[in-house]
Amino acid sequence: MGLSNASEDLSSEMEVDAFRRLFPLRYFERHLAESIRPDGRPLGKARETSIFLGAVASANGSALVKIGSTTMLTAIKMEVMTPSLESPDEGCLAIDFHMPPICSPIVRPGRPAEASPVVSKQLSDTISSSRMIDLKELSLVGGKAAWMAYLNAAFSIMQDIYCLDADGALFDAALISAVAALSHLQIPAVAMNDDGKIVLVSGEDGQKPVNKEKRKLTLRSIPFSLTCILHKNYILADPTAEEESIMETHVTIVLDTSGQLISLYKPGGPALAYTSAIQDCVGLTGQRVKELKSYLDKENSAMEVVV
Amino acid sequence: METDRPDGRTPNQLRPLVCSCSILHRSHGSASWAQGETKVLAAVYGPKAGTKKSENPEKASIEVIWKPKTGQIGKVEKEYEMILKRTLESICIRTIYPNTTTSVIVQVVHDDGALLPCAINAACAALVDAGIPLKHLAVAICCSVTDSGCIILDPTKDEEEKMKAFINLVFPNTIVSVLPEGSLQAGSEPMAHGIMTSITQGAMSVDDYLHCLERGRAASARLSEFVRKNIELKSTSEASKAG
Repeated sequence: MGLSNASEDLSSEMEVDAFRRLFPLRYFERHLAESIRPDGRPLGKARETSIFLGAVASANGSALVKIGSTTMLTAIKMEVMTPSLESPDEGCLAIDFHMPPICSPIVRPGRPAEASPVVSKQLSDTISSSRMIDLKELSLVGGKAAWMAYLNAAFSIMQDIYCLDADGALFDAALISAVAALSHLQIPAVAMNDDGKIVLVSGEDGQKPVNKEKRKLTLRSIPFSLTCILHKNYILADPTAEEESIMETHVTIVLDTSGQLISLYKPGGPALAYTSAIQDCVGLTGQRVKELKSYLDKENSAMEVVV
Repeated sequence: METDRPDGRTPNQLRPLVCSCSILHRSHGSASWAQGETKVLAAVYGPKAGTKKSENPEKASIEVIWKPKTGQIGKVEKEYEMILKRTLESICIRTIYPNTTTSVIVQVVHDDGALLPCAINAACAALVDAGIPLKHLAVAICCSVTDSGCIILDPTKDEEEKMKAFINLVFPNTIVSVLPEGSLQAGSEPMAHGIMTSITQGAMSVDDYLHCLERGRAASARLSEFVRKNIELKSTSEASKAG
């Protein structure tokens, strides 16, 4: 009796799995009709999000972010450089997004993944559009000492984002990770040595300090994003990789904490986005921005307590 | 209230459009599309047998190669390729030629602002010239928002540098048909009001975005008329040539 029950359960489970693999779109639509998703989430809810600051000790700023299974690790390195001629009083910010083969079965070693440069460009555009960082704050010109009149140097922020697990909504996780790492960033103290070069302060003699001590970067409005899938009359927030591959219309909306629209990104897709759908997505993103802001503030407060 | 533009256009005025098809002999379809000084040349090859390893062989796949005027392909070009590929995939009927690949090569001849919409328009005209089965055409337009909140259509390169934000929008072509009126509606809005592609740059309020949508839709209606007229002229001249 027990044995036959066990085999019955196993066979019904196999049937569900077979249906999911053979008819993935119908499987999902059966769930959508009940306003639920195969992993149990309601349509408008994002997955569990966690932010961990200071994951890389050797970096000037770092963050590890997980949204569901999607995992992003960001590390920031700061260097002193000569600013460009067009903007001599500004530093610069460079963002690189990497998808190593460990993150997904479709990424092969060697050639970078197709999505890498696209997400990289999106991130650069989003952070520069939001004007979250004042690049003039990175400049080292204009110190009080008279001998600094000829000094021409500025900080350069180099940000590397690694995708450790690609399970959908890569841009969302990458943006939160980049923002969290920038909020954790400490600008190092630098000095000019006897040769006239700018080096990090290491306590040696003969170094003249240029800026006094480590300090945090000032962040203005912080951008957050939410990716939604449009499918027939449904809007699904924060899709997984499986949902993304089955339903092909994605809309990514980025709002900042002051309510400005930073980006509305819809690269084609079979479904057309009408005004009502756009407004619904903006509403969902607004809720998500409040949620993520509180997570980030909580994590930064915890870091302050630890220090 | 009205902002003066350096080239004398009103805020809602597009630059002069020039479109010519069948200009390359080896390609199956080709088109040159110019909006003012911005000019893009598109060529279509295919459908060719075979599919790339990462593509789905049950459907026709589309490959887009973007060639800048100078220099190497970077992240900007990769993003343009991806946007163009997704947009063209959504207008093609991909179930007709399974296990085939259609290549679309986009060559930038000159960039004087609003480059991506110009490339999308050129690629659509080239697909028509190649006889690729399409659900409808796509018309692309660029709107920009000034610091004072004015909305300007089809900005030049100089204007783009002064703008607070700009949006590239792609809509389906308006449909002229003998079908009953209700079949062209999708819910409460006509099909031509749906957004196929939207790419924004810079920060703006949500209201500004919705205003840009309205202006973009009005401009895309004019673009649709231009495209239809252009294709009709071509088919008429070919019919007279055959006769």
